[in-house]
Amino acid sequence: MKNGKFWVGLLAVVALIGVALTYWLGLFVTPPDVIQGQLVRLLYIHPSVAWVAYLAYGVTSVGSILYLWKRTRSLKWDRLAAASAEVGVVFTALTLITGSIWGRPTWHVWWTWDARLTTTALLFLLYLGYLALRKVPAPRDKVAVRASVAGLVAFIDVPIVHQSVVWWKTLHQSATVFNASLSPKVHGEMAWTMLVSFISFTLVYLWMTIKRYQIETNIDEFDNLEVEAAIAERLQEVDELVNSKTSSGTRDADPRDGGSIS
Amino acid sequence: MIRDALEIAKKDLLIEVRSKVLLNQLLPFVAVVLILFGFAVGTENRTLVDISPGIFWVIAFLSALLAIQRSFSIEAENQAKDGLLAYGLEPGGIFLGKVASIFFECIVVEVFLGLGVVFVYGMRLNSVALLVVSAAFATLGVASVGTLFGALAAATKVRETLLPLLVLPSTAPVLLAVTKAWEDGISSRIGIGDPWLGLLVVFGLIYLAIGLVSFGSVLED
Repeated sequence: MKNGKFWVGLLAVVALIGVALTYWLGLFVTPPDVIQGQLVRLLYIHPSVAWVAYLAYGVTSVGSILYLWKRTRSLKWDRLAAASAEVGVVFTALTLITGSIWGRPTWHVWWTWDARLTTTALLFLLYLGYLALRKVPAPRDKVAVRASVAGLVAFIDVPIVHQSVVWWKTLHQSATVFNASLSPKVHGEMAWTMLVSFISFTLVYLWMTIKRYQIETNIDEFDNLEVEAAIAERLQEVDELVNSKTSSGTRDADPRDGGSIS
Repeated sequence: MIRDALEIAKKDLLIEVRSKVLLNQLLPFVAVVLILFGFAVGTENRTLVDISPGIFWVIAFLSALLAIQRSFSIEAENQAKDGLLAYGLEPGGIFLGKVASIFFECIVVEVFLGLGVVFVYGMRLNSVALLVVSAAFATLGVASVGTLFGALAAATKVRETLLPLLVLPSTAPVLLAVTKAWEDGISSRIGIGDPWLGLLVVFGLIYLAIGLVSFGSVLED
């Protein structure tokens, strides 16, 4: 357990250093772009957070499948799916925000009905729906089944978001890094900065998911303890009732023998 | 499984024929929304024709939501869902039966709606085959996702608000694809080989497969 805490702490430190390095490389080392000028610096962040959102939803769908499959059914998969989806929603929001900040000076609008933007917004709404579904009060195992089904269906939008720039010829440029030929169109220090950014934000995702998973586990344990405490309290009340009736010599029906407590 | 599906579809459609909710509520709702869109967009015929595929499918999806809600509210009464399980029906059969009945009801609505956009908005149907086949697969996609989420939301106390939140974003790619296919079908740019139709077939089958696989887990709820 202590060992685990050490590695999670180390992961946080490495992720933080990676993000700081990305900022330093992106803001001070790399040159401005020939066409985009200083705006290119935002692109050291935007594709990385978008990638993390894809990754997060991929993990959510895997967790959902593993929970739905009876042979591997365990609440740990549901917790993983929930933790990853929540982090994914944060990163999808960051993708939309950074994209919007980049779009304002480039396209002269904060928002346009571009295919990539629209499908990403849909992805955001889909997983907000997923999180809303998780908040609907129900026994823990039922929440897990419902969420797993929703998580599985929602993931269908991820390849659509990625392919949207190919299927619909709209404002957003086609894939620069994860393109069909798998040959990134970025080179030199710009490519290195982007790589550092991808790795750093992936580490941030891992750290956030692990922490969120731990919180989910604690919530489940706390809920179980509450149920156990409530049962113990009721049993104690029954014992007290029985004892008081026995000591006063007016023993009626023992509730534990099938009597009722009013 | 197919026999179970036929029984469920027959039961749902029989309830529909007897209660006439589709005839007395859904079709008038469709007519009202169709006319409201006419008011909202303006009376210029050209604009209405241009956006009629989008209007058609938005109304079709909204009416599908009502049909889905109706399909599962009849199972919620008197714990009818538990009765279906007690009969020993296969979850896959129940799913397919529900999809079939919702699909059929949606097709009836779409035919009515189609007549509306042709006669009221003046939309022209050039590639009828593309329009019909793409509508069939889009409806299959919506009916499949709707059945899955309808069963899931029916077990909660917030089913009225939860269902649209789950179904509409999930079926938005289908809405995009079928609207594009219909734009092609109306302008006669391309026939049955339209790539959007291919996408609709993929969506329809994926949603149907996910529903078949996971409906058993949803019914446990």
